[in-house]
Amino acid sequence: MPQMGFDMKEGKVVSWRKREGDQVQEGEIIADIETDKAVVEMEAFASGVLGRIVVPEGETVPVGTVIAYLVEPGEAPPSGAPPEPARVQPAPAPAAERGEPPQSPGAVEQEYGRQGREVAEAPARDFPEREAPAPARAEARPSAPPQPAAAERLRVTPVARRIAEEHGIDLRSVQGTGPEGRITRKDVEAALERQRAGVAAPPQPEAAPAAAAPERPALPVREGPPGRPQPLTRMRETIARRMSLAKQQIPHYYLTMDVDMTAAMALREQINASGAAPTRVSVNDLIVKAVAKVLEQYPAFNASYTEEGIVHHPRINVCIAIALEDGLIAPCVLDTNHKTIGQIAEEAKDLVERARGGRLRPEELTEGTFTVTNLGAWGVETLIGIIQPPQSAILGVGQVAPQPVVRDGEIKVAQMMKVALSGDHRVTDGAVGAQFLGELRDTLQNPWRLLV
Amino acid sequence: MATRLPGAPALEREQLLDFLYQMLLIRRFEERSAEQYGRQKIGGFLHLYIGQEAVAVGAVAALSPEDYIVSHYREHGHALARGCDPKRVMAELFGREGGVSRGKGGSMHLFDKERHFLGGYAIVAGHLPIAVGLGLSGQYLGQDRIAVAFFGDGAVNEGAFHESLNLAAVWKVPVLFICENNQYAMGTEISRVSAETEVYKRALAYNLHAEQVDGMDVVAVYEATKRLAERARSGEGPMFLEAMTYRFRGHSMADPELYRSKEETQRWLGRDPIARLKDRLENADLLREEEYTDLDRRAREAVDEAVRWADASPPPPPEALWTDVYVGRGPVRGRDHA
Amino acid sequence: MPEITYREAISQALQEELNADERVFLMGEDIGAYGGSYAVTKGFLEAYGEKRVRDTPISEEAIVGCAIGAAMGGLKPIAELMTINFSLLAMDQIVNNAAKILYMSGGQVPVPFVLRTVSGGGLQLGAQHSQSLESWYAQVPGLVVVAPATPYDAKGLLKSAIREPNPVLFVEHSLLYRVRGEVPEGDYTVPIGEADVKREGKDVTIVAYLRTLGLALEVADRLAREEGVEAEVVDLRTLRPLDLEPVFASVKKTNRAVIVEDAWQTGGLSGEIAGRIQDEVFDWLDAPVKRLNAPDVPMPYARNLEQLALPTADQLYDLVLETLQ
Repeated sequence: MPQMGFDMKEGKVVSWRKREGDQVQEGEIIADIETDKAVVEMEAFASGVLGRIVVPEGETVPVGTVIAYLVEPGEAPPSGAPPEPARVQPAPAPAAERGEPPQSPGAVEQEYGRQGREVAEAPARDFPEREAPAPARAEARPSAPPQPAAAERLRVTPVARRIAEEHGIDLRSVQGTGPEGRITRKDVEAALERQRAGVAAPPQPEAAPAAAAPERPALPVREGPPGRPQPLTRMRETIARRMSLAKQQIPHYYLTMDVDMTAAMALREQINASGAAPTRVSVNDLIVKAVAKVLEQYPAFNASYTEEGIVHHPRINVCIAIALEDGLIAPCVLDTNHKTIGQIAEEAKDLVERARGGRLRPEELTEGTFTVTNLGAWGVETLIGIIQPPQSAILGVGQVAPQPVVRDGEIKVAQMMKVALSGDHRVTDGAVGAQFLGELRDTLQNPWRLLV
Repeated sequence: MATRLPGAPALEREQLLDFLYQMLLIRRFEERSAEQYGRQKIGGFLHLYIGQEAVAVGAVAALSPEDYIVSHYREHGHALARGCDPKRVMAELFGREGGVSRGKGGSMHLFDKERHFLGGYAIVAGHLPIAVGLGLSGQYLGQDRIAVAFFGDGAVNEGAFHESLNLAAVWKVPVLFICENNQYAMGTEISRVSAETEVYKRALAYNLHAEQVDGMDVVAVYEATKRLAERARSGEGPMFLEAMTYRFRGHSMADPELYRSKEETQRWLGRDPIARLKDRLENADLLREEEYTDLDRRAREAVDEAVRWADASPPPPPEALWTDVYVGRGPVRGRDHA
Repeated sequence: MPEITYREAISQALQEELNADERVFLMGEDIGAYGGSYAVTKGFLEAYGEKRVRDTPISEEAIVGCAIGAAMGGLKPIAELMTINFSLLAMDQIVNNAAKILYMSGGQVPVPFVLRTVSGGGLQLGAQHSQSLESWYAQVPGLVVVAPATPYDAKGLLKSAIREPNPVLFVEHSLLYRVRGEVPEGDYTVPIGEADVKREGKDVTIVAYLRTLGLALEVADRLAREEGVEAEVVDLRTLRPLDLEPVFASVKKTNRAVIVEDAWQTGGLSGEIAGRIQDEVFDWLDAPVKRLNAPDVPMPYARNLEQLALPTADQLYDLVLETLQ
């Protein structure tokens, strides 16, 4: 029973898609597993024959329990009782080391460890790790001479591996020209050039899971007005890929609302005049703080859609979109809800500086759970943002400007601001989005709440 | 009551009583150290100075506060005689932050810069060239100070001993070498490893003025040191004093003393420097029994207080691991650990 | 800017510091009447007198120990050991005293002095006079080890060393004394603990110091000429504290590194640097880090054998090409 989520303790075999004796290809769906959150497809991590099903449909077993044996063609599956569930983490032990009875020659037990999910999400990157079960095949055959590993470990230099990961290049498609076929930086960059030039990459090996496809969207090439293309910068390329993915895959809905910022602006004035904050507090800092506070009440907006189900993130890490010379980046303020306005202001300032210097830390780029994007300083009234996957919402913020408003039957001038929420319809619906925005408006209009 | 000791007209009674007190302080300090070692309050090596107190007390009393002192690893007595706070010396033995070397030196590396006590050194004779350099600095800067090095009879067969005596003599450096000849280099009797057992004669070969003195007689040590220190100070070059002495305890804490006879130790115990000074003072009518009892009680109280204080002093903080490797620089690999 | 030799640069630094601070003095074997075995202190005795230019007996331990004591007593000694081979006679003073007194005293007693010495082989001086032992000392906490390769760095680093509050082993190289380079007249310093990029390049990083810097620069020129390869050359200049940040920055750019030193390879500095590179910039490497050291043999006398016992430009050239494969 594979671990299919960080908090999964047991799973139910809903259905077997293969019968005993069926051929199974690596990456093929062999069963449906129900966790307490969702029904998830389970794929094979090696090719072979489904030798024996141990856990029948409808039965629930703890994570780590053997549910079936995958064997080499022509080999018999073990007949005895399966071993006790092994400790799943951190790494799968070869069957022989765990005292597997000798009557299971040739059995290739499906090994699911921590990497199970990672592989499903990023198959290309973890290619070498996926070979890990191979030694079990050799070790379980004590009488036979040592077998060569099922697949040679790719020889890749560290920098080549890093660049390939950054650009989603499948190293198996790259021809190594270094010593003994080692893939070097030059080889990966050549592959990258080919990809940019629109040359189709060599076909994926069959085993490559389909989930890899969205990582490398093939943009349709069409005729257009003449012009020589400027090569994409790395950042441009990343933005292009991620935004296309977001727009294509996330069904957005949009809500806008007016917020009276008069009181919030006054509070900001007071804070800045007092010198109590370590740096000047911006309007955006107040909004980030307010968002973090409202997210505590509306965790649905601090969540991610996955095929396994909706993942609610325990931490609230609000991202701030920062414009750069050649694009933009949206690092997060970690644990935003636990920070004061002053701390947020200081960190936001630091993030901007480090973003421009290219010195952001990885977690600031990967741990974000919600994004605030603000073009008010440019006089923009309404900004409708594109959600940053895997997040499920983004708040676009416009300028704060004096506007006539009706209060108690009289026309008054207030500092007004338009906010726009883009939500992932797979996770939330418009009504709850409206509640979220309403709460945000009330918080900003009663800014003392930000201090409590 | 008389005020002077026959044969030592230069010494006031008060100073003689202070000699007695200093020797008692060292004796009691070392006895308590041994006890604390047994209680595992003190780790590593512990070399006791019991029996040799007259050398440190007599010699250090004859020096100026400006003079620099370096010593060997059996140096608790020299540090205490120099006026180092017994509390901070004990704390150093305990490995505590309050120690004279902030717990980073230990029993063998007591330093007190303020008192110009520039360290105990644990490589035999390795500190003798340092003494020459300290002497040279005074000479070079035209300051009225000398350097004094204490070392044992084991040091005289090290190259550093010979190099240092020669260099000091060639440059006429104001340095006083005091050899505490306690007859044994650890467990090896001097006659078994030294072709010339009278150590001062080796110094004569380098044209140093050299003398031998009874190291169990604090007054004799004081007078000899006073004389030689003044000669060095006045530009006559390095001086050498061999003090004949004996340690009553083993080399370190785990020493069965198989290398010497009980009879020999008994003979030397009969020349205990504390008992000898006490007798002389009593015979000269300079000390009454109750006064002695009182001095001893004060010494014991000072040591009790030192143990209490040391035990209350905290161990050095973990950050201290990384400090004092360099002046003005972090430890070279500190970046990895900061 | 005047062009002078490495020898003259060191001599200038010594004179300027002697002039600037009365507490500075020199001591060592044959530095006075003889003028220094490498003629660095020629004429000094006449100029500064016996108090400040002190001929010593052949007593390496006393020379170093006396310098330590003098430093503790408030002077700024510059002691000289004729060659680094003789430092072994003073190792107790260098390692057990100079490097430890500050620490053992809980920070009370600094030991600021300079120990100049000469390293290296290549002059057919045989096994006992041709060693490169500086990397041994680079392992000792409490010591600063400086190893300049150019006249400019030699003068600037020696002046920094003399003003440094810690014990400094200042390592010169016997084959560098006649190397010429531009050196400003008058006072300037080169900071201790800062490596220097001596030649910029994008294809491969060569790390060198002392004699091998010249080797690296020569090879880099040849590579540019013959192969179109642009090598970046980093001169360590200080061996402790070892400043590898420029090396890491360079490797991030070039993705390849070759380290070349005259010392033996086993347990040496080149291995330390290679290890640190893979610790810090593993993900930027495009080839294994390579090292070129002296073979692990005592230095032979015969000219042809001695040449085999030192890293050569040809070996370095080939090794760089190998990492570029």
